[in-house]
Amino acid sequence: MEKITFEQLQEEMYYEKLNNGLDVYILPKKGFNKTYATFTTKYGSIDNHFLPPGKDDYVKVPDGIAHFLEHKLFEKEDGDVFQQFSKQGASANAFTSFTRTAYLFSSTSNVEKNLETLIDFVQEPYFTEKTVEKEKGIIGQEITMYDDNPDWRLYFGLIQNMYKNHPVSIDIAGTIESISDITKDMLYECYETFYHPSNMLLFVVGQVNPDEIMGLIKENQGKKEYKNQPEIKRVFDEEQAGVAEKKQVLKMNVQTSKCLVGIKAAAPTESGKEMLKKELSINVMLDILFGKSSENYTELYGSGLIDDTFSYDYTEEQGFGFAMVGGDTNEPDVLASKLETMLMDAKAGRGLTDDNLERTKKKKIGAFLRAVNSPEYIANQFTRYAFNDMDLFDVVPVLESLTLDDIKQAADKLIAEERFTVCQVVPKDKK
Amino acid sequence: MAVISESIKDMKGYKLHIVKTEKFKTNTIVWKMKAPLTSEDATKRALLPYVLQSNSKAYPSTSKFRSYLDELYGANLFVDVSKKGEYQVLSFSLEIANEKFLSDRNPLLKKGMQLMAEILVNPLADNEAFDKETVEKEKRTLKQRIQAVYDDKMRYSNFRLVQEMCKDEPYALHVNGEIDDIPQIDEKNLYEYYKKAFAEDELDLFIIGDVDETEVQSIAEELLQFDQRTPKLVEPVKDAHVEEKTVKDQEDVKQGKLNIGYRTNVLYGDNDYYALQVFNGIFGGFSHSKLFLNVREKNSLAYYVASRLESHKGLMMVMSGIEFENFELAVKIIREQMEAMQAGDFTDQEIEQTKAVIENQMLETMDTARGMVEVLYHNVVSHQNVSLDDWLQGMSKTTKEEIVDVAKKVQLDTVYFLTGLEADK
Repeated sequence: MEKITFEQLQEEMYYEKLNNGLDVYILPKKGFNKTYATFTTKYGSIDNHFLPPGKDDYVKVPDGIAHFLEHKLFEKEDGDVFQQFSKQGASANAFTSFTRTAYLFSSTSNVEKNLETLIDFVQEPYFTEKTVEKEKGIIGQEITMYDDNPDWRLYFGLIQNMYKNHPVSIDIAGTIESISDITKDMLYECYETFYHPSNMLLFVVGQVNPDEIMGLIKENQGKKEYKNQPEIKRVFDEEQAGVAEKKQVLKMNVQTSKCLVGIKAAAPTESGKEMLKKELSINVMLDILFGKSSENYTELYGSGLIDDTFSYDYTEEQGFGFAMVGGDTNEPDVLASKLETMLMDAKAGRGLTDDNLERTKKKKIGAFLRAVNSPEYIANQFTRYAFNDMDLFDVVPVLESLTLDDIKQAADKLIAEERFTVCQVVPKDKK
Repeated sequence: MAVISESIKDMKGYKLHIVKTEKFKTNTIVWKMKAPLTSEDATKRALLPYVLQSNSKAYPSTSKFRSYLDELYGANLFVDVSKKGEYQVLSFSLEIANEKFLSDRNPLLKKGMQLMAEILVNPLADNEAFDKETVEKEKRTLKQRIQAVYDDKMRYSNFRLVQEMCKDEPYALHVNGEIDDIPQIDEKNLYEYYKKAFAEDELDLFIIGDVDETEVQSIAEELLQFDQRTPKLVEPVKDAHVEEKTVKDQEDVKQGKLNIGYRTNVLYGDNDYYALQVFNGIFGGFSHSKLFLNVREKNSLAYYVASRLESHKGLMMVMSGIEFENFELAVKIIREQMEAMQAGDFTDQEIEQTKAVIENQMLETMDTARGMVEVLYHNVVSHQNVSLDDWLQGMSKTTKEEIVDVAKKVQLDTVYFLTGLEADK
């Protein structure tokens, strides 16, 4: 077991790669009541075309299957795992993103038992035709719930505008039609492909003794037999550089319009330190441009084009990346064109000054400290970073190292008019 | 060992609550103001914190003000308006880095407290009036904030349920007030209200973090002084006469939103409040509860179905999203679960499981500074002095008989259903 110390943060973390390939991280948090653990596979909604182990032919699986599998892992022959966790005083949950599926619990007692429950339920699938059919009704309601949510529709609409072939444009839960095709055999096939320990990461953070926890995990894994699994082969169709659609307007039952401007990143291929630096540069740039202390924000808020729902964000994983800016507005077209102009100005260097950079760095460093108060943040973000060969605890040193040149370069590379796209939600009765 | 230690000090016009803990890398400052919820003041009151957090005399523009927050290592300031029983509560929160974890060791807590005091007592105002432009901008945003409720159908249906259920009570008011009241507000009458609120509200300052109590107290004394006051108390509405009713609205939605309101006839601080907590947990509070098991797992009717308590108002709300045509069936199943609770049809294991999860939830809440403040504030609202240890002990001692007794006090008040345009009424 390796010990890693972060002096500035006054934290310690323990790491070991087990024989079956599982990465285990333990971060003891003094003074916290709770322990939070995530067990995550590098498998999400975009992994829909792959070679199952031991097979000769690639398969394409229905939209929404990774999320469906996440739901179904909770059900066992003798009932559902939620019951087990709550008997042990824990609350459990799971989520599926574009690139990850995470299972988690938090508890303030019975940590060892809960950790075993977590590992075992994820490693012992039980799928039957009957339980698969039953879940279609439940997930169907989850999908309809999102259909009524204008912010979700706006967000996904924007991604669909950007990507023509890449599966990031597929809604994570799929559609009622696509999930109707899912069978138990397909679930087993996905499971066998993506739930091997060598494709997974276990993170435990909280009031724990690292030696004991690591011992328990190793003993648990030692009892289970896993054959070595070769690297997973995934297929992604080629994606064009430009956006699929320049604009999309969704008419919904709302009173206030919404508008997001998106920028599709030029095919991201970075990982590790390079990716971290790029991601942080873009985030700092967006903060300089649109943060509450910026000129742009003052202008937009002052002229009534935005309200406190205004936000901006950059998302990147290997193979896709996008920035988005916007929020609720009474003038979606005016806002879109203003935002595009502001972005083009930034590409030309406007507003990107040393003063703004230094101030924003301080802001980001403080935000990081705030974030690491949260065990949830540490476990989830650390995992995401690790899957991209980045280290969460490099964030502050890399932030401190950023120069104005880095920010200008990031702006120049990201921002390009042909990769802009706009998505709006407008009230049904309005033109 | 006590779960947390809170020290409370009487200051000039307010109470200072300090929780010393080393678990966070930041320090948290929260200022709370409480006054009765009334239709005359609700909208003005909802606007006030947003005007105050926009700027101040020393930082007269939003960009100057926000730049200063950035300089303080991104001190995070936000305001919030909430309903707690018969009261409307304003919260101003500032979370600031503890310099112990920075390479730059300049002390930040005092600067944070100074900034909090600056927005509270030194607003951008002249001649008994706020800056007009600031007020106009925030009026516009408030309007959009109120409208946003209609656009989020889950929130909207809950709001409609409360509106129907508490028709003639102040609690029916929207937490952000009414759109129609906004045009009458101006920089003068809002300033007048500001004066009144600081003269009459019940005021509390919370400081959470690795702080020195004596130092915090002397800084607070120096920065914040108000006239003493006797906070206004409102007798909770105890509605003995409940008549069951069903209300349906039709809207352009894809999923029906079912919200059911009950009167619990139990308030925070009452003897049977702990039993009510356990009751709610067995009935619908968690993913092992009867509602989740029967509505979702057994019948596949819903993705979400849960109940939650409004502790200071004596309400319990069930919420779920279902197909339009499953309305009757879902209501029937939910009623059956309530009948089962009242008949004592639940096992000792369900009780133990629920107690374990409630204790876990409470202890987890104490792992965030905001969670601590919200829990401690229950005592302020209810004028009680229940320590967290008492709370946990009281909850864990609850017996099956007590749970059944409290279940029998719970009365169904209103079934609300937001259904689609094409659905039959």
